[in-house]
Parts: sequence; structure tokens; C-alpha cells
Amino acid sequence: MAVASGVRVAASRAGAVVAADAPLIQLRGVTKTYGTGATQFQALKGVDLDIAAGDFVAVMGPSGSGKSTTMNILGCLDVPSGGNFLFRGHHVETLDRDQRAMLRRRYLGFVFQGFNLLSRTTALENVELPLLYRGEDKRTRRDLGMAALEKVGLDKWWDHTPAELSGGQQQRVAIARAIVTSPDVLLADEPTGNLDSERSVEIMELLTGLNRDSNITVLMVTHEPDMAAFARTVIHFKDGLVDRIEAQHRPGVVPEMGVN
Amino acid sequence: MFGTTLILAIRSIRRHVLRSFLTTLGIIIGVGAVVTMVTLGKATTAAVQQSISSLGTNILQVRPGQGFGRGGGGPRPPDFKPEDVEAIADQIAGVTAVAPQAQTTATAIYEGANWSTTVTGTTLAYFTVQPWPLASGRTWTPAEQAAGKAVCIIGNTVRQNLFRSTDAVGKRFRIGAISCDVIGVLTTRGQGGFGDQDDVVLMPIKAVQRRFTGSRDIRLMLVGVDQAYSTSAVQSSLTDLLRERRNITGGKDDDFNIFDTKQISDTLTSTTTMLTRIVAAVAAISLVVGGIGIMNIMLVSVTERTREIGIRLAIGAVAREVLMQFLVEAVVLSCLGGIIGLILAQAIIAALVPLMQVPWTFDPQINIIAFAISAVIGVVFGYFPARRAAALNPIDALRHE
Ligand SMILES: Nc1ncnc2c1ncn2[C@@H]1O[C@H](COP(=O)(O)OP(=O)(O)O)[C@@H](O)[C@H]1O
Ligand SMILES: [Mg+2]
Repeated sequence: MAVASGVRVAASRAGAVVAADAPLIQLRGVTKTYGTGATQFQALKGVDLDIAAGDFVAVMGPSGSGKSTTMNILGCLDVPSGGNFLFRGHHVETLDRDQRAMLRRRYLGFVFQGFNLLSRTTALENVELPLLYRGEDKRTRRDLGMAALEKVGLDKWWDHTPAELSGGQQQRVAIARAIVTSPDVLLADEPTGNLDSERSVEIMELLTGLNRDSNITVLMVTHEPDMAAFARTVIHFKDGLVDRIEAQHRPGVVPEMGVN
Repeated sequence: MFGTTLILAIRSIRRHVLRSFLTTLGIIIGVGAVVTMVTLGKATTAAVQQSISSLGTNILQVRPGQGFGRGGGGPRPPDFKPEDVEAIADQIAGVTAVAPQAQTTATAIYEGANWSTTVTGTTLAYFTVQPWPLASGRTWTPAEQAAGKAVCIIGNTVRQNLFRSTDAVGKRFRIGAISCDVIGVLTTRGQGGFGDQDDVVLMPIKAVQRRFTGSRDIRLMLVGVDQAYSTSAVQSSLTDLLRERRNITGGKDDDFNIFDTKQISDTLTSTTTMLTRIVAAVAAISLVVGGIGIMNIMLVSVTERTREIGIRLAIGAVAREVLMQFLVEAVVLSCLGGIIGLILAQAIIAALVPLMQVPWTFDPQINIIAFAISAVIGVVFGYFPARRAAALNPIDALRHE
């Protein structure tokens, strides 16, 4: 547990030093190379990116442009091949496995396109799982777990297993699991990719609410402009690089009808 | 930390009953097979050894005829006469005693209990050739032997079936057409290679010849050989003497056979040694086969669970915590399987022992070894593939198909 407190101290110290408007996340020249030798492929070619605390970011771009690769690095699910990744001004690329696990445990929440819930495990137990690893007692786990399920509107479904839930409900359980630890950042890689448009809008409204009310910084990959329209910032990827960044002043308004 | 691990491990076992059952089954079969095989193998070895010792050593059994499976047609060779017995005892060096035997079966009756048994007529030499102490009573006197008195020394099986718990010595019972006084009871010898050795009634040979077989013929002689002499040397002098007495000349075959129990018991002893080695080999093979089964199930289950490991890592578990969970699961399942396997083995052994007619044995060593090896295999193969999976980046574990 020394690792955990080490990261926390380091992170909060960094937080205190860094100016209030300093970016929460900074990527500097981040590269990622998959494979070795002849099959080697450079998926990221030097990504520079600043994400401000409290932002709602949509990541867009053609398939294979490196969106998921970037998200995985930001979520500490994968490590960059080169460059710097700073979280609250603290270098993440130098952390070891266990320290990265502590970052995931305390500051990051991840939502996948394929939900990735534990099968045969109730919604509540799925949601409680991160708390279990954080060593919370049974009561706290239950209270926080139910509160998270309530936020996603599934508190009545707490004892249902993923097999008994629809895709939209499963994704909401996954979001509840990601936010139950009150993370600073919620990363979602195509969270609506497997859902119809009605369910997708519900998920977007949920994410917007979390961003606004719980002050969670949200990064979300999407292919659909309708979904990206909910974001305040849209980052476009192309060929393993950030192509352009646009700020949307009236998030929630579909671009064609908006000021842009 | 450990509490968390335990919760996770038990939840996981309960949620995947079939998978847990299959994992346990591998270990149950591994432990069960090994313990059953080795225990029954050892019991068989013990049974063979018991048969060997029941034969007695340094005894030549002499019978008319050309021995097992030979002789075919022609007139039946004559039985031996009391004079042959005397001649052997007198003329061959190294012979301690010669016990003639005349045998018949008869039903013994005592106060409503009846029991069909073997009546063996012999002489006091019988006890010299093959020491068999009495549990109570006495042997017959030379005078009783010479007179062919109807006195009996009975085996323990006969005593139990005829006289129950009462002391048999001094009782008079009917056997066949005659009445007989019990003068002695033999000590228990138990199951031998050729059936229950205690199911016997011994009488002076003259009594049996006169009252049962009706002739002076002797079908079997037990020739005791002095420890200092080689049984084969005695056997060849014995052959010469009998050929002479039975007028077999030149190249004609013997019309009698001599069965050297020493030789047989030597053969059987080496067979037993081989049997013991085979049992050890079977045990080793069973352990390997059981082990491979366990490895397989564990490997498959961990491969299946790589995505689960990815999920746990992604939501903030440290590799060590995920591994601890897998380790505890493996330990719980392996030990459970091991214990069930041991119990199952004992049940199978208990069921098979009477069928195989071998003594029941319990060998703590093989139980411990089988349990330990299976448990170690279960734990190692539950743990190491999981360690590989937990060493992946979470995203790689999640992508695993
Ligand atoms: N594990 C991997 N091994 C090899 N190549 C990969 C791997 N993951 C992604 N790639 C490649 O890297 C590129 C970027 O992938 P990705 O980040 O998933 O793109 P996006 O999410 O924008 O569609 C693609 O060309 C993809 O084929
Ligand atoms: Mg992608």
C-alpha cells in the first residue's frame, strides 16, 4: 500500500504546484509502436495534447487513426513507446505497473465499447468491485455501489447479471463501475458503439450530467457527429497524429444547426 | 487484503460451479486413481507373500503321476505305500522327516451344527516337516498313532463352525461315519495360497485309511529337508530311490513328481519383487496422467479467464491481488479435490478388497504423496498461467480471445 500513498502524495503535491488552469492531462510527443521487425507498425507518431480539468472531450477520426491507442495510454491500460504523459503535472510514463494500477484505482475510470462486465456477477457486485480492491468495507461498498447505480438509473436492477440486462443497461452498469470511485477522469472508448441511437443519447446525457454535476473530466471516442455534439472540445485524429482541435461553445447542439 | 482475496476467490468458485467442479474432478481422479492403484497393488503383493509363507520352505511334495498337465493316457501310476515312507526316511541323507498324507472330505456334525471339511490322515512327522503349534490340547501319542485311534486335531475354522465359542478339546463329534474325540486345536494360519488353511481335521493316517479311504495307499508325501542340505540334491536321491522302488528303468519317465516348495517360493518371491516394481510404475504413471489432467483443466480455465484478469486490472487491481485470488482458488479447489479423492479411494478399496480376496491395507505414505503432488500441480498450474496473464498490460489481457 506504500505505492498507493506514494502516488497520492506525489499527485497531490504536483496538483498543488501546478497552476489552477494548468491542463489535467498533457501528452508530449507520445508515440506508440506495435509489433517488432517487419510487422512493426507505428500507431501514434508524436501526439501532443492538453486536456483541461472539467472538460468534456470527444475524440473523432477515421478508423485506425490511433484514437483507441491514445485512450488506452491515457487510461494507463497500455504504455507509450515514447514521449511524455503527465497527469496533474506528474510523469506517468516513468511509473511501474503497480503505480499505474494505483492511478487507475484512484483517478481513472474506463468504459469500453464491449462493456467488459464480469459475467454471472450482479450489477451491484460488478460496480462494487473497484471498491473491493480499494479495501472499502462491506457497508461502504454497498452504499457507494447503490448510489452509483442510482446515478445511472439502474438501482432497481442491482441484482441482475449482465446476461439479464440489455446492451444499454450493461453500458450503464459499466459507467457506474467506472464512476463509483469518484475518478477525476472518465475515459470511454466508443461507449455507444454497440447501442442504438435512442440508447446512445441516454448514455450521452448520462455522461454530460456526470461531467457537469460531478465535475468529472470526460474523454470519449465516437464516430458519430451527433454524439460528439455533446462535447465541449472535439479532437480530430488522423494517421496517428492530432489533426485539429475545435471548441464547441454550445455543446449539445448539433453542428449543422449551430454557430460553427 | 487477504479478506478481499478470500471473498473474491469464494465468489468466483460459487459463480462458476461447473468450471470449479471440473477442476476439482481432475484432482479427485488423480488422487483417487493413484491411491487406489497403489493400495490394491500393495495388497496383492502382500497376499502373494502370505501364500508363499503358507507353503513352507524346505519341503518336497511327492505325488504319483507325472505332475501338472502331463501323463495323459495309460494306467494310473500306483500310489505310495507306508514302506516307501519308511525307506525315504531311513535311506536318504538330509531328510528330517517324511509325513504321508491320505485325504478325504467329510461332513462334521456336532449338536446340530454341521460343517463340510477336509480330513487329513498323517503321522506325527507332519509336525516335524512343517511346524504348526497347537492353540490348545495335545497331539496324538505314538501309541494312538500305531493303533489308528479316532482322535482329531482340528483347525480353527472347523472349531468355530462346529463348536462356536466353547472349548473344543475333549468334545466328541461325528465325522463321516465315525465318532472322533478332539484332542487339540491348531493355531490360526489364515488364508493361504490354496484356500483356507484352517479348514482342516487332522487324524492318525491309519484311522483315515481304515475308516474312510479303505486302503493303505498314500497319495502325498511331505518330505522335510534339513536346512544344511540342498533341496535339489535331496530331490535327486529321492528320485533315484523311488525309480528303483517302482521299477522304472533306463530312459522311462518317472511316474511320480516332486514339487520343491523352496524353488516355487523363490520364483514367487522374485515375482513379488517385480509386482512391487510394477505397482510403483503404475503409481508414477497415474500421477503423471492425473497431473496432466489437472494441468489441462487449470490451463484452460486460466486462458478462459485472461479477459477477466484484464477487467480486474483495468478497474485498478494490482497484479499481485489478482494472482492471490487465483492462488486461493487453486488451493481451495485442489485441497477439496484431494480430500474427496482420498475418501473416494478408500471407498473403492473397501469395495474391491473382498472381491479381490486381498487383505485391506492403509498406506499413509501414498495418501500423503498423492495428495501433495496433486495439490502442488493444481496450485502451480492454477498460478503460473495466471501469473503470465497478470503480467500483461491490461489492454492486452482484455483483447485476449
Ligand atoms: N495490439 C495491436 N497490435 C498491432 N497493431 C495494433 C494494435 N492495436 C492497434 N493496432 C493498429 O494501430 C492502429 C491504430 O489503432 P487504434 O488506435 O485502435 O485506431 P482507432 O481506435 O482510431 O480505430 C491501427 O492501424 C491498428 O491496426
Ligand atoms: Mg478504436
